[in-house]
Amino acid sequence: MSDNLSPKEEARNTRYAEYVNAVSPQNNARKSIFHSFWIGGLTCSIAQAVGDLYAIFMPQLSKDMIASLTSMTIIAIAILFTGLGFFDAIARVGGAGSFLPITGFANAMASASMEFKTEGLIMGTSVKLFSVVGPVVVNGIVWSTVAGIARYLIGVI
Amino acid sequence: MSVTLVHKSETNCNFAKNSTTIPNNNLRQSGRQTMVFENQPKVIGKMSIVGQKEGKGPMGQYFDKVLTDDKQGEKCFENSEIRMLTDAVKGATASAKLQIKDVNLLLSGDLLNQITSSSYVARNLGIPYIGVYSACSTMTACLAMGAALVNSGYCQTVACSTASHFATAERQFRYPLEYGCQRPPYAQWTVTGAGCSILSSQGNGPRITMATIGKVIDFGTNDLNNMGAAMAPAAMDTMLALFKENSLSPADFDLIITGDLGKLGSDILRDLMREQGYGLGRNYIDCGNMMYYNEQNCYQGGSGAACSASVFNSYILDKMEKGEYSKVAYLATGALMSTQSCYQGETIPCISHAVVIER
Repeated sequence: MSDNLSPKEEARNTRYAEYVNAVSPQNNARKSIFHSFWIGGLTCSIAQAVGDLYAIFMPQLSKDMIASLTSMTIIAIAILFTGLGFFDAIARVGGAGSFLPITGFANAMASASMEFKTEGLIMGTSVKLFSVVGPVVVNGIVWSTVAGIARYLIGVI
Repeated sequence: MSVTLVHKSETNCNFAKNSTTIPNNNLRQSGRQTMVFENQPKVIGKMSIVGQKEGKGPMGQYFDKVLTDDKQGEKCFENSEIRMLTDAVKGATASAKLQIKDVNLLLSGDLLNQITSSSYVARNLGIPYIGVYSACSTMTACLAMGAALVNSGYCQTVACSTASHFATAERQFRYPLEYGCQRPPYAQWTVTGAGCSILSSQGNGPRITMATIGKVIDFGTNDLNNMGAAMAPAAMDTMLALFKENSLSPADFDLIITGDLGKLGSDILRDLMREQGYGLGRNYIDCGNMMYYNEQNCYQGGSGAACSASVFNSYILDKMEKGEYSKVAYLATGALMSTQSCYQGETIPCISHAVVIER
């Protein structure tokens, strides 16, 4: 922020910000929540169904193996949808319902890798692959480390 | 004190032949910001190109060319933008019944970093070139400068052009194209398109009579999605300067058009102008607001440099030639931030330049 605003300009800006807030249309929260719940719920139900099918057709696999296979299948489907170009249409309606499950992470990486392919595999895709998911990865590592240390310390005490 | 500019080349901007002595006490300004062109440069050629989505909008039938594929078979969208802009400059030159070599100067700009699209177009066409960056108000910035150069006699023919592309702007300012994210309802949609006007001292066409150069206005908004609200005060400031310095009012114009304020931004501008004592009536329209139908999911409407450039070089100039409008004020608005400046906590500085076109 620039520090050289006169009090008159600051008053004008505050007044304008209040006015803009009042006139700008806002998302309908109920509608958004409804859509994100059914799309998120549907995603998870499909994933559960895929897991159940694996369990039926490959009973020799362990539970962990089935969970991993299910995640991989869902990720593959999300990347396929991104490539075919209709994941963003689902996400526009689904919001958090589409980006909170693992599908959102897959979409963010796949879309970045497709987008920056034009600059080449190294300077484009490799450099920019984590441009959208970077914050998720960094914060995931940092906060899980913090949680791990906290748990250890509590255990010591 | 007087200044004489002399240039040796006969082929480019014809300084030697047309050099005039401009006395310093005879500034052709009617106030601090407005330039009045007594030689009245004419818009003798024009061309507008838009993408598929824009072609399906309400203005679709007016554009000279609608792309069937926004990538045009090129390997990246940037190349498609370059091709679109090249086609616009070539088409406008052809519509003025001129050849590319007859154009003395290309004034062009776009939204990409270092305005690469425009520079590559100038490289491909081989015209003397000045790159102009004024974000989405590039078209009026080019028209104002072009008109000043033609009016003063330093150039005979100037091409003013700009382009923007949804895919290239999206990648530079927001997220990858296929990334699934929700936009707030006050967001806008970057127009894929290009527009070019040919200004000349010779020939027939609508005349540019005045230009008001805007100041950078910042009312402290910092929401990158709410461009209409950020840019409306800039449009207000320039419009006020245009009206006050020339004793004009909205009623003096058949049409007042703003660039890409969108539905929300143009409503805000109406409110701001009402507060200043000027009522903008039915003769005020916004190009962004007219670009898409509601069901095209473009929220508040179009934005981007090509938004007003394509509408101006099709609908507006066509209607002026047919005689439906005889005096039009055209104010394109631009937001001059970068993605870095906003993440660094700066607010969005905005600008608007106005040109007045008369039949």
